[in-house]
Amino acid sequence: MTVMDLNSAPLKGQMDKLFLKKRLLSLAVPAVILAYLAYVCVTFDVAGLWQRASLDNARTLVSDSYSYKTHVTRDNRSGEVSYAIEGERKGTYPEGMSPEWVTPGDTTVINLPDGHVVRFGPESVEYDIPGYGLVTATPSRGRGVVTELPAGDVPDWINVSKNRLAITTDAGRLTVTRNRAEVFRYFMGWELFFFTLDSPYHGMGPLTLAQHAIAGEAGAIWNDFWTNKMWQHRDVAWALGETILMAFLGTFGAGLVALPLAFLGTRNFMPVRVVRFAARRLFDFVRGVDSLIWTVVLARAFGPGPLTGALAILITDTGTFGKIFSEALENVDEKQIEGITSTGAKPVQRYRFGVIPQITPVLLSQLLYFLESNTRSATIIGAITGGGIGLLLTQAIITQKDWEEVAYYIVLIILMVMIMDWFSGWLRRRLIKGDAGGH
Amino acid sequence: MADLSAQAPKDSPQSLEDIRAQYTEMTRRKRLYGGLLLVLFVALMVAGFRTADERNAGSFADGYQRVLDYPTEVLSEAAEKVTQLPGHIVHFFPALVETLNIAAAATLIGALFGTLLSLLSTRGMARWPMLIPLFRRIMDISRAIPEIVIALVLIFLLGGGPVPAMIAIALHTAGALGKLFSEVNENVSLKPIEGLSSVGASWAQRIWLGVIPQVGPNYVSYALLRFEINIRASAILGFVGAGGIGYELKNAMSWGQGKYDEAAAIFILLFVTIVVVDQISGLLRDRLTHGQRTRTRKSSRKGATA
Repeated sequence: MTVMDLNSAPLKGQMDKLFLKKRLLSLAVPAVILAYLAYVCVTFDVAGLWQRASLDNARTLVSDSYSYKTHVTRDNRSGEVSYAIEGERKGTYPEGMSPEWVTPGDTTVINLPDGHVVRFGPESVEYDIPGYGLVTATPSRGRGVVTELPAGDVPDWINVSKNRLAITTDAGRLTVTRNRAEVFRYFMGWELFFFTLDSPYHGMGPLTLAQHAIAGEAGAIWNDFWTNKMWQHRDVAWALGETILMAFLGTFGAGLVALPLAFLGTRNFMPVRVVRFAARRLFDFVRGVDSLIWTVVLARAFGPGPLTGALAILITDTGTFGKIFSEALENVDEKQIEGITSTGAKPVQRYRFGVIPQITPVLLSQLLYFLESNTRSATIIGAITGGGIGLLLTQAIITQKDWEEVAYYIVLIILMVMIMDWFSGWLRRRLIKGDAGGH
Repeated sequence: MADLSAQAPKDSPQSLEDIRAQYTEMTRRKRLYGGLLLVLFVALMVAGFRTADERNAGSFADGYQRVLDYPTEVLSEAAEKVTQLPGHIVHFFPALVETLNIAAAATLIGALFGTLLSLLSTRGMARWPMLIPLFRRIMDISRAIPEIVIALVLIFLLGGGPVPAMIAIALHTAGALGKLFSEVNENVSLKPIEGLSSVGASWAQRIWLGVIPQVGPNYVSYALLRFEINIRASAILGFVGAGGIGYELKNAMSWGQGKYDEAAAIFILLFVTIVVVDQISGLLRDRLTHGQRTRTRKSSRKGATA
């Protein structure tokens, strides 16, 4: 009954103080976070970002990542007309072949969607725009490009100057200069993803393809797909393989190197203090010299490629694993080792049956966990040293026009990481039975 | 006891011999599988190494003697111009601050979004239980994207600078922390939430008053660990054009010989920062999560052995 005897006033006062403190804290923490974010906004010049941001780039990126355009180009001097997907040489239609929406002849007629028609005549170029009228442009050596427009004001989607005419509509785009006339027509999808134009299997449906495959052409079909010059499936597959290889070699190599070293850094297995200290500082040093620095140093010695990436991961992770493994080894239960010793086991047997079984679950789960995260690191390191899918991605981004390839690589990278995540989780569950927590 | 063990074989249909035979058979099979796995693993490692070696510009056999050449060059030049080093360090300090700011802001923003995502995808506290799989997939995907992918695309859209790097790292952090946070949420006691909802608290109030106090220390500990990782990531992203110390390192390296003292100064800054942050956050994390628990566990173990 001492509770009744207590004077409740000081207790209440204490409680009020505690509540006030908590309340202040719960206000102060968000306030500090907000203040910091405001500071970051100012130093990073977030306000000026909108001026620097390029909406045109965004538009190109988005539209290019799911659509493609076919160029129809006429050389005004020779009168030759060529057709090329994305204007690339690899996507050029072979001689005598043309898209079905183009009628070649003396006057090349190009049908665009919504009734838009462009005609490349012997002398002049005509663009028939429904709802607006006929635009005629006559390129000539001496006078530049002579343009005749329907009466009225020039709309802002037509750009006319002495030497150039550019019309951008929803149906397509026409540019006429003195030297050439060019039409872009846009289509959805990734053209030539399976077969390039020079392959006999281009444009075939899946059923027809299956028939050909059954007829004994499976090898040829696969070969045409695999060596596709536009999408380079073989190179992409190799790049993905290289990235996974870097992660695999780096992670498990680091595990192999770190395990014996980890014994040197533990209190219970390494009685010599100097060695223990040295081993621990070695781990700290290797971890502290970031993978960026290791990558730079190793790239100087080995040049670009998967080996450099694998070694960079190996060295960085040796430090991390050394630290994790020695912590695991310090937590080893001595009783099991004593038990093994009591049966007369030699030191090697003591380690084999007393120590290793205890740390294997920790070891494996860490290794597999790092395998997944290193797949991501390998992509990043590949972008710096030049190897694997990271290299392909940076190359595609640097050209600033192959956004469909960038989108493709991004999808592949995400799938690769997710599959590795799933795979390492599956392996972890298989190898470490009864480990419900996973990690 | 002796009786029991002596009678057991008599009662069971199997004789001791059978059991022993079965046991040795099982061990042998286990060893065989283990051995096969080991052989497979070694074969994979060797084949993998040879493939990597073949596809690399320079081979391991030629390169390994040259590994130390570059560090030696850099260090010897830095040693020659050791008087200039403090100046360089002061000069590059703002770049380091930028790298740290990128990492810190990205960790903060990522942790905020990660918290939200984890709360929305944990059974028992989700705002819209129907949408749990959706939020889980969002976390999975944002976790799977390497920072560099987002950063490079954003650099094209927004121009170089710290903001693309910050967004890229924050996105990945949100996914990574979201997953760790939801593991923490799984272990939360749901009683305070039930209590709060019984007095009519809204979802935000239930989370703020019932969940956050339980998970706070673990969240902060994971966020600190992530901050360490993000400093490294932000240095790397600088290397591909996102500003900060990585950008300066790339410039200093492209100058080549004669400017190695600058590169050395950056190496030192980066190294010291990473080590210092690792140590501080290690201490903090230890205090946040393990501090009390390990102490009690150790003392109880001591008590048991004594």
